[in-house]
Amino acid sequence: MPAVIDVQQLHKEYGDTVAVADVSFTVHEGEIFGILGPNGAGKTTTVECVEGLRVPDQGTISVLGLDPQRDRAQLTQQLGAQLQESRLPDHLQVAEALQLYSSFYPAPADWRQLMDMLGIAAKARTPFRKLSGGQQQRLSIALALVGNPRVAVLDELTTGLDPQARRDTWELIERVRDRGVTIVIVTHFMEEAERLCDRVALIDAGRVVALDTPATLAERVEAEQRIQFRPSIPLDHGLLESLPEVTSVIRRGDVVAVTGNSNALNAVTTVLARRGIIARQLRVDQPNLEDAFLALTGRHPEIRENQEV
Amino acid sequence: MASTTASPPATRRSAMTQLTITEFKLFTRGRAGVGLGLSAGIPLLLVIIFGSIHSFRTPVKTFGGLTTLDVYIPVLLVFAIALLSLVAMPAALASYRELGYLRRLKTTPAGPIRLLVAELVIKLAVAVVTVVVIVAVARIGYGVAAPRQIGGFVVAGLFAAAGLMATGLFVAAMAPNAGAARGIGAILFYLMMFFAGLWLPIPDMPRVLQHISHATPLGAAVPALQNAAAGQWPTWLQLLTMAAYAAAFGLAAARFFRWE
Repeated sequence: MPAVIDVQQLHKEYGDTVAVADVSFTVHEGEIFGILGPNGAGKTTTVECVEGLRVPDQGTISVLGLDPQRDRAQLTQQLGAQLQESRLPDHLQVAEALQLYSSFYPAPADWRQLMDMLGIAAKARTPFRKLSGGQQQRLSIALALVGNPRVAVLDELTTGLDPQARRDTWELIERVRDRGVTIVIVTHFMEEAERLCDRVALIDAGRVVALDTPATLAERVEAEQRIQFRPSIPLDHGLLESLPEVTSVIRRGDVVAVTGNSNALNAVTTVLARRGIIARQLRVDQPNLEDAFLALTGRHPEIRENQEV
Repeated sequence: MASTTASPPATRRSAMTQLTITEFKLFTRGRAGVGLGLSAGIPLLLVIIFGSIHSFRTPVKTFGGLTTLDVYIPVLLVFAIALLSLVAMPAALASYRELGYLRRLKTTPAGPIRLLVAELVIKLAVAVVTVVVIVAVARIGYGVAAPRQIGGFVVAGLFAAAGLMATGLFVAAMAPNAGAARGIGAILFYLMMFFAGLWLPIPDMPRVLQHISHATPLGAAVPALQNAAAGQWPTWLQLLTMAAYAAAFGLAAARFFRWE
């Protein structure tokens, strides 16, 4: 698979602050690539260097074989960007904004179709300031796609969206990818990365601490398995506690909670089956990307939306 | 998204044209104080008010036989240009920067410079139309003679516009946000209008103030327009003064303008 974006040893400082210490990654054609990390990790600075908005202090960046600084004019025709903090003039209407941006590009998408696809067609004549946060966000995604880009870089894609709008946006991004657009998303939202990304780069304090598929990253974490179930007949704790795979057994009412290593589930179900006990309402918590994030950075990834605004 | 490429509609316009049209629409919807209605409306309203005062239409000896209205028309013309250049334009540009709109344009093939050009084109076009309307209303409604040296009148007006717009761009370059741009622009506007003779005609000012006035862009522009109205070319010193402001503030604006 050819590399669409190639970032090597990127380094960027603002005054005394090192925003990006050393970041390298490659994005392949047609994939959805996630850049994940806590606030202030250097995610936005990294993608802004890719977009050509910032000049790296060190390192090399190539996007579709172009240098974001030297070949700006060509790059802007093929890269669509959604910036983290960018608003439109208050009185600019949805359709006017799309028509305006489509005039910037040599072979734009049909902006009316895009308006339908993003569910903002009913708001065509609504000025920007009267749109809800979610509608503004969708317009901003539409503007990033109106030039028919080969690469779309979307920073904080679904921040400020309600859960339904968030899921709709994920579906939309998958549809865009299915048309052959390579997509880079910046997010601190784990569920989004797990659901959407083919691969993620975990950035912390200006460095890539892990780069893999979300599932592989989660598997790498030696996290405990948490198993909960309601036994069909009363159960002797000692039966499970004696298993080498199990570290603890707790009873809450008639629910039994077992923690253990990654083979604990297998061991527990084998014992229950042998005794003819049925595990009702069985629930297993597997380590997920969030656990991986926590293990690799020592921090919780997600900041509550309302705290951030 | 190659598969969604639509054949461009027949009415497809260039980025520059579309930006200019959009800028004009936004200007017509602008906020009170910097929108199209007020920028062009206030000076026109003043012409009508001044023109309706009977004593303003009778010749005054100290004005060399001209009426007060004759003397004030050039002041009201630069009033219109100054309102557009010093208040409306810097407020619009600074708010675009504050919103991150200019930065967003940097990621498109159009780029923010085209927006800046569109903004200048719109404000200059509105200024030209306003000036023409004021001169026509004064001529038709209140018997103010049309400018006798029309070439000199146009040149003086364009030099005044160049000096004011360069100053306005400099305000937009230096102001940290839209509110500051509006405030700084308004202060400069009142200051410049004072030296243009809005409250006290330049010839009635104390000698020191007259000297200061002639060194300001509008203190040079108003006598230049009055000369042209009376049939003479503006003096080299008047044109040079306005050109110096245009060059100095234009270069400073180019040097300091930030897109983000």
